[in-house]
Amino acid sequence: MLTKETASDIFDRIRRFSSADEVEAIFTGSRFALTRFANNTIHQNVEEENSIVSIRTNFAGRTARATTNQFDDESLRRAITASENLARVQTPDPDLLPMPTSQEANAADKSVRATRFFEQTAAITPADRAEVVESIVSVAGKHKLTTAGIYSNSESQEGIFNSRGLANWHQQTLAEVSITMLAEDSSGWQKLNSPDVSNFDPRWLAEAAAQKAVESAHPREIAPGKYTVILEPAAVLDIVGFMFWDYSGVAILDQRSFLNDRIGTQLFGENINILDDAAHPLQAGSPFDGEGMRRERVQLVENGVVKRVVYARATARKMKNSEYAGKVGPIEATGHGFPLPNEVGEMPLNIVFGAPEKALSVEQMIASTERGVLVTRLWYIREVDPYEKIVTGMTRDGTFLVENGKVQCGLRNFRFNQSLISMLSNVEAMSPPVRASGEESFDMVVPAMKVKEFNFTETTKF
Amino acid sequence: MAARDTLNLKMKTTAHLALDAASVRGVTYADARVVAIRNRSLTTKNGRVGHASESESLGIGVRVIADGAWGFAASADLSRVAVEAAAARAVEIARASALVKREDVRLAPEPAAVAEWTTPFKVDPFTTSVEQNLDLLLKVDAEMRAVPGVTLAETGMNFQREESWFLSSEGARIHQTKYSTGAGYTAYAFAGSEIQKRSYPNSFGGQWQNRGYELIEEMKLVENARRVAEEAVALHQAAQCPEGVATIILDGSQLGLQIHESIGHPIELDRVLGMEANFAGTSFLTLEKLGNLRYGSELVNVVADARQEHGPGLGTFAYDDEGVAAQSTPIITNGRFTGYLSSRETAHTIGSARSGGTLRAEGWNRLPMIRMTNVSILPGEKPLSLEQLIAATDDGIYMETNKSWSIDDKRYNFQFGCEIAWEIKNGKRVRMLKNPSYSGITTEFWNSMDAICSRDEWTLWGTPNCGKGQPQQVVGTGHGASPARFRNIRVGSAYS
Repeated sequence: MLTKETASDIFDRIRRFSSADEVEAIFTGSRFALTRFANNTIHQNVEEENSIVSIRTNFAGRTARATTNQFDDESLRRAITASENLARVQTPDPDLLPMPTSQEANAADKSVRATRFFEQTAAITPADRAEVVESIVSVAGKHKLTTAGIYSNSESQEGIFNSRGLANWHQQTLAEVSITMLAEDSSGWQKLNSPDVSNFDPRWLAEAAAQKAVESAHPREIAPGKYTVILEPAAVLDIVGFMFWDYSGVAILDQRSFLNDRIGTQLFGENINILDDAAHPLQAGSPFDGEGMRRERVQLVENGVVKRVVYARATARKMKNSEYAGKVGPIEATGHGFPLPNEVGEMPLNIVFGAPEKALSVEQMIASTERGVLVTRLWYIREVDPYEKIVTGMTRDGTFLVENGKVQCGLRNFRFNQSLISMLSNVEAMSPPVRASGEESFDMVVPAMKVKEFNFTETTKF
Repeated sequence: MAARDTLNLKMKTTAHLALDAASVRGVTYADARVVAIRNRSLTTKNGRVGHASESESLGIGVRVIADGAWGFAASADLSRVAVEAAAARAVEIARASALVKREDVRLAPEPAAVAEWTTPFKVDPFTTSVEQNLDLLLKVDAEMRAVPGVTLAETGMNFQREESWFLSSEGARIHQTKYSTGAGYTAYAFAGSEIQKRSYPNSFGGQWQNRGYELIEEMKLVENARRVAEEAVALHQAAQCPEGVATIILDGSQLGLQIHESIGHPIELDRVLGMEANFAGTSFLTLEKLGNLRYGSELVNVVADARQEHGPGLGTFAYDDEGVAAQSTPIITNGRFTGYLSSRETAHTIGSARSGGTLRAEGWNRLPMIRMTNVSILPGEKPLSLEQLIAATDDGIYMETNKSWSIDDKRYNFQFGCEIAWEIKNGKRVRMLKNPSYSGITTEFWNSMDAICSRDEWTLWGTPNCGKGQPQQVVGTGHGASPARFRNIRVGSAYS
């Protein structure tokens, strides 16, 4: 496994071997293990150990990257040569900045952050995972269901070094469980992850997934149309995740963002507040970006008004000199850049929704709903219209009819075509935000939401 | 000894070492794949280089059966100690798997192949210079940006070389080297409250095949750039695609994706058997439907063909990643459902004595799983060009190039959006339509196909971004298709 010391030694060799004006090395490494089960049996069970160094060289405004997972001198020299050859043939880019110094990269926030490395997560063995899977299978057996899912654990490292003295390092662990319970004509699902495995109980999740499968049995079909929906947190994050690529200075400059001409306007309901906050206690991931810059806390949306977007260093400078300066809120590098060179610039990846003034639980949302649809999970979401931010997708693994304040029965799944702008303007209630994980977007801290006039356009056959 | 020969020897030796280490630990089966992948990726954006990178990845994956259950471990460290440790870890994991099993893994027999194979190519893409690659992309970029109204021009080019040694405890010794090449571009036009785009020759980064640089030279990238950019701008003046029921004609690239989503995935036997229920989903194609289901009209003939004879698709190889020779499986024959994609482990569930040879892994660090090879619809036998098909259509909509795609987790209900369409009246394209979309139920859709163009309109398209599995693996698949016509299809619901 990589340590900061071994990475530093490798970087010293890289510096010696390179003739570039500047050189940067990004290290990523992990030991990742995953036990996969289906039909109440473990059918796939894997473990991987890999470390990578990605080398960027700069020559007077020209830059490129080459990557290898072998750290012998010959492999490093080959990667450096590839990076240098790719860089040298380019026309100089006037927007390319010198690499950041350690002082610049770490100026934003010097606070000590809580560890995201937990021995109890790193130490999980194949036998431990099998024991947890056995307990999930036993829940399935109790309810006469079939189960499928995963239980995984990993320890990972991420580091960035450059020839101007930057040397940032992060390590963390992550445990994850995802459970589907299947009945003859219905299913239920639950998923959670955390750096600390003691933060979730797989057996409780198995029971929750089983309950959904049992309660949605023999689903009814109802006509598509506009319904009040109660979206559980995983459904919320998977659908709203499709808009965060656009909270980027480069997206504005490229005129591919739905926020073009809309920053500073009342785009969503006044109850919508969205932060990007890598240091939030429910978040995971590295505290620095692809150039090594400290990730800052950024208020993206305040009371439904989009206040600002995030910036890599070069994007901030370019934006200040653009026609958009003065129309897009504060313009400063925020520590959200992807490794250079890239086309997309930056993106907020540690989304935290603000808590509502008066939070309701999902049960309270159900109790307050005369007629609506409770949605566990959304699936295969894709963008239909980039400016109105219409996305399509399906419900999955637990869709219920709510009438007169109670869950009445399971429903056949719907296809939706829904504008995210409309959706976030129609939020009637929210739960306290929680760490949630789906399959279509990255993990977030999000609430469950009760949304009026959600647009279901078709039904499927199950 | 040349560097390539040294690497080749090291890979083979390492695989032997892993097999030996697994064998002494009491496994009933073991295989080892040592894989070296080299990739070049170049993009441009608005006249500048967007991204320029190369990468190399080398490692070993060891797969074993012990106590009747699977274990897999992978390592990038190819030292003797690390390789032996990976093999031992795979055995330990298999024994843990056996703690939660219902029955022992059964592998369909397969002759142990000893073989050497390389993707046929004319020009090794890695022998072309980066200057040459970027010069071409920047020419395309300049053509697109010469069109007033284009607000963003993006181009890209990718090459990959994957060399692998597969050794099994049954005696297989297979050395394969696969090349893939891809390139394409997109012009965007933002105006008012709309972002429109056009891509060439396809979305998903363009066209991708298992070939050399000759693919790039054949694609006429520069020649089409201005037209494509003009279409992106013209879409702003086009009428909205109507909502209702219509006859539609799909171009070959969109039909390729329709095949991928509504035929390719549901025929994966691991999905059918519930192995993907937690992530990618299951399939409506339950086992009793084999040989019985009317999947499509009489004109629908689909094969899953990994053989070189089918063409240089992203699903073309000599042997899959568990040493099974490439095959052609009839999937839909004159509209009837006739075959699944299978593996050695799953073949017995459909009464088959042999795997269909579809197991593939993203790289050395991933477990091979059932993947589409080249799942292609066969062209019509009677000569029929796209223009003749349009001329034979009184009232319809012709749609081109995918923009959005979505389908439920059993693969019944789908919705696709395309970049552009044209309204057809009395056999002629009468006007351009923007934001076209169509939706339906898989079997109803394929049963509504009443015409398909012939071989000269047939292209083997590449889908480079097919995701499946946990941890997710992304591999390329091939889909041959020619334009085809479908009756009574719901259109426009994406904007309803």
